[in-house]
Amino acid sequence: MKIKIKLFATLRDNRDKILEIEYKEGTEIREIIKDLNIDEKDVAILLKNGRSAKMDDVILEGDYLSLFPPIGGG
Amino acid sequence: MNKYYGYQGVILRVNLTERTIKKENLDLDEALKFIGGRGLGTKILMDEIDPNIDPLSIDNKLIFITGPLSGTNTPTGGRYMVVTKSPLTGTVACSNSGGYWGAELKFAGYDGIIIEGKAEKPVYLNIVDDVVEFKDATTIWGKLVGETTTILEEVHGKKSRVATIGPAGEKLSKMSSIMNERGRAAGRSGVGAVMGSKNLKAIVVRGTKKVNISDSEKLKEVFSRCITKIRENGVTGQGLPTYGSAILVNIINENGVMPTNNFQQSYFDKAEEISGETLSEKYLVKKEPCFRCPIACGRYCKVDDIEGSGPEYETVWGFGSDCGISDLGAIIKANYWCNEYGIDTISVSSTIAAAMELYQKGYIKKEDLDGSPELTWGNSEAIIEWTKKIGECTGLGAKMAEGSYRLCESYGVPELSMSVKKQELPAYDPRGIQGIGINYATSNRGGCHVRGYMISPEILGLPQSLDRFSIEGKAEWTKIFQDFTAGIDSVGLCLFTSFALGADDYADLYNAVSGINISGNDFIEAGERIWNLERLFNLKAGIDPSQDTLPKRLLEDPIAEGPSKGCVNKLSETLPEYYKVRGWSEEGLPTEERLEVLGIKEYM
Repeated sequence: MKIKIKLFATLRDNRDKILEIEYKEGTEIREIIKDLNIDEKDVAILLKNGRSAKMDDVILEGDYLSLFPPIGGG
Repeated sequence: MNKYYGYQGVILRVNLTERTIKKENLDLDEALKFIGGRGLGTKILMDEIDPNIDPLSIDNKLIFITGPLSGTNTPTGGRYMVVTKSPLTGTVACSNSGGYWGAELKFAGYDGIIIEGKAEKPVYLNIVDDVVEFKDATTIWGKLVGETTTILEEVHGKKSRVATIGPAGEKLSKMSSIMNERGRAAGRSGVGAVMGSKNLKAIVVRGTKKVNISDSEKLKEVFSRCITKIRENGVTGQGLPTYGSAILVNIINENGVMPTNNFQQSYFDKAEEISGETLSEKYLVKKEPCFRCPIACGRYCKVDDIEGSGPEYETVWGFGSDCGISDLGAIIKANYWCNEYGIDTISVSSTIAAAMELYQKGYIKKEDLDGSPELTWGNSEAIIEWTKKIGECTGLGAKMAEGSYRLCESYGVPELSMSVKKQELPAYDPRGIQGIGINYATSNRGGCHVRGYMISPEILGLPQSLDRFSIEGKAEWTKIFQDFTAGIDSVGLCLFTSFALGADDYADLYNAVSGINISGNDFIEAGERIWNLERLFNLKAGIDPSQDTLPKRLLEDPIAEGPSKGCVNKLSETLPEYYKVRGWSEEGLPTEERLEVLGIKEYM
């Protein structure tokens, strides 16, 4: 199944803003991050379907990820 | 004579009615109890005015006050506060600004200025070290902020720093601000109107003195440690310098909590077009630091023939998704006009959004618009032109200049104003972030995010990650953030340093500069003292605890769609817990016991 991955801020450097990649249901998010050549510590905010997720959470049909590096404001 | 460290030891008292200027000694014991800035300013206000006065009457006082670290070699040590009774909310107002004006006031030899009375004709003050003069402002009254600043710089020299109101403050708009260096704002709560009501146009400052440091060697060491922490932190060392605060647009939107169309929705499908990433790509000219700031979150942007400071996240949100706007260029222009007229970007944009909902529902009719652009969602022309009309206080714009609450109330629907204690809420939907909702409801100056920035743990995961949907522990966390923030606002540093620094760091900086010896816990306790003092002022001013609430929409109408679908804010469960952790009664009143512990029982 295809999973949508949205990248933001500096994670977009040398990468597309939105990626759609083929993965099996039940794949750990950690594996997807690794395949993108992104260091886990460079992902400060990880959302699955807009809600906080962890690296060892798994993806299901229809899920999308949003990844942010350490950033903030107010 | 005592030698002062950090503090300059002098408060200027300016009486505009009598045209007198007095230099008063700073009571060091009082200063240390309330630190300075927000704390000391509130204490002075509490001691000197009746909390029940009309904020725009001659009886109100306008206090410009710095912290002991303002003007020193500390990271971001340049902030100042404007403390007064707010014409927008009726609460104590403490509006915070950066840039360079605050540091310059310290260099001139003053910790603060108390403005009393009212001038017969428009005046401005010129301060050059020990010389403080009244100057005629009739030829600059009515001028925009940029032009006023240019003229005063030409008269007094480019090394002078100018704090001024624009036409909106002169016309007593409840959303008017005091601007310094053209683009830095003491923005919220209508402090500009208090200045305008006194016929005071501007304060120009130039200083050549130094601020005494108690332990220079220690300060160098602590400074170095703090700079390292700030540089290594992702937010202060990378995110904010690279993108500015507008980097939050995509973060908040992806969580499904970016208020859209006056909080009718919480997800904006065009967020990318108004994001911090897009701002950097298309409109950024350069970044701007404040005095001694290693973060440099400030933006300077250009679009067509308009260029200037900003926009910040709250501005991009307010003129953006809150009005259904996806045109970032138009947002930049609206921000520019806010700076020029001297009006608060959050309150103005939120009021325009409220007006758009009033128009959508037929309360405001086409014929009421006097030919100005229609107040329809997404109409770029509308946010620019209506900002100007609010700034000029003309036609419907004059009504809007009173703020969204009074605007909506005049049509019989005050519940359409997304405000608390009549001050407009900022850019985070509390239905999907429980803790920020507690802060919105209990902030001593009405709807505000900076007073207790729960977004930090609940969205950004700093200092640790909290589940934004849960209410567990949120009351306790909110209190800690509120107290900590009050301390930072009082010592003279910028709140953004708190992404990287802890209470011990602030205590160490304060100790090295002023020669005292407090702990991180003492620092937070001082913050709690200040918070309670503000609460007491508000209670005496008639702001009762029933106003610790949120707009009905956010308590009862679940978010319609997106990642936070189905959520409401559970204030009815968190507020009693909050009163408890504050050590207040069930009715939300500070108890005698708590005030005794904090050493402010005499204010009960």
